[in-house]
Amino acid sequence: MKKKEIFLDGILAVSSLTIPVIPFGIIYGVIGIEMGFTPLMTFAISLIIFAGSSQIAFTQLFFSGASSLVVIGSVVAINSRHLLYGAVLSQYLNKLNLGWRILLSYLMTDQAFRVSSFYLKKNKNKFNSHYHLLGSGFTLWFLWQISTLIGIFLGNIVPEKLALEFTIPLTFLALIVSELRKIDHLIVIVVSGITSLIIYNIPYKIYVIVSAFIALVIAYFLIISSQKTKK
Amino acid sequence: MIWFWILIAGIITFLTRFSMIALINPNHLSHNLKKVLTYVPSAVFPAMIFPAVFLDKKGLLLSIDNPQILAFLFAIIVGFFFKNIILTIFSGLISYWILVFLLS
Repeated sequence: MKKKEIFLDGILAVSSLTIPVIPFGIIYGVIGIEMGFTPLMTFAISLIIFAGSSQIAFTQLFFSGASSLVVIGSVVAINSRHLLYGAVLSQYLNKLNLGWRILLSYLMTDQAFRVSSFYLKKNKNKFNSHYHLLGSGFTLWFLWQISTLIGIFLGNIVPEKLALEFTIPLTFLALIVSELRKIDHLIVIVVSGITSLIIYNIPYKIYVIVSAFIALVIAYFLIISSQKTKK
Repeated sequence: MIWFWILIAGIITFLTRFSMIALINPNHLSHNLKKVLTYVPSAVFPAMIFPAVFLDKKGLLLSIDNPQILAFLFAIIVGFFFKNIILTIFSGLISYWILVFLLS
């Protein structure tokens, strides 16, 4: 297949997953403005960071006066899931030159990973199969930037009374609703949430990182114990 | 100064995406570490959700009939049954508006 066809294939494959991306981008744009960032900064964050939940966490924590290290630490924690994606994709992409790897890394998102890792696995020996990831990644990138701009525009005109900052916890909730049915995830969620309430008042908003860390330790023990029961 | 931290956050985000693609050996992560990473969203997001919903600006617990808490619980129920990102966000937001503007 030609490069262009594979690229278009990537766009088509990811298109059904793009529907939530647009309102999510708009919400980010609105929140950025509400949190006191300038329109230019809000847009630059979408260009430079290009990761929805990290961007919302970044703006919210910065606004609430968290120490910079806590802001960065939270961004690292949220993004650490990318390590998993890279671990899967590397076997298909490690023959590409550095320029390609930089470009595809920048464009890699949850949705692009979902559709393109599937394609790359199926077409392991096909030449140019990485154009699929370019197509899916670029589509999401483009929609994310456009929807951020719409959000910035709306953020400047919506009245403050609408309490749109409430969309921040709702957005984070929405990202984990599919885990609510799994008992092990539910335990981790409750541990993290309760811990954050208890230790909320320690300085520099460090509760985010500490709570997440404690919950991950619990997750580790849950994994270990489930492996023991299997044996 | 904010620009500096935006840049740092951007570079770090990029590095998490680039790290494994750049490495030749894909089996660099241990099996258990891979598993722990799948729990990251469940461990990080609640620590940002709970204080935003259950605490006021001074860090004190809100009462259980606060519209914010009620709307949040409604969003959990909707999310639990429909597993839909946008539906979860808007059910919470709209029920919050109804509670605040219509019932107060």
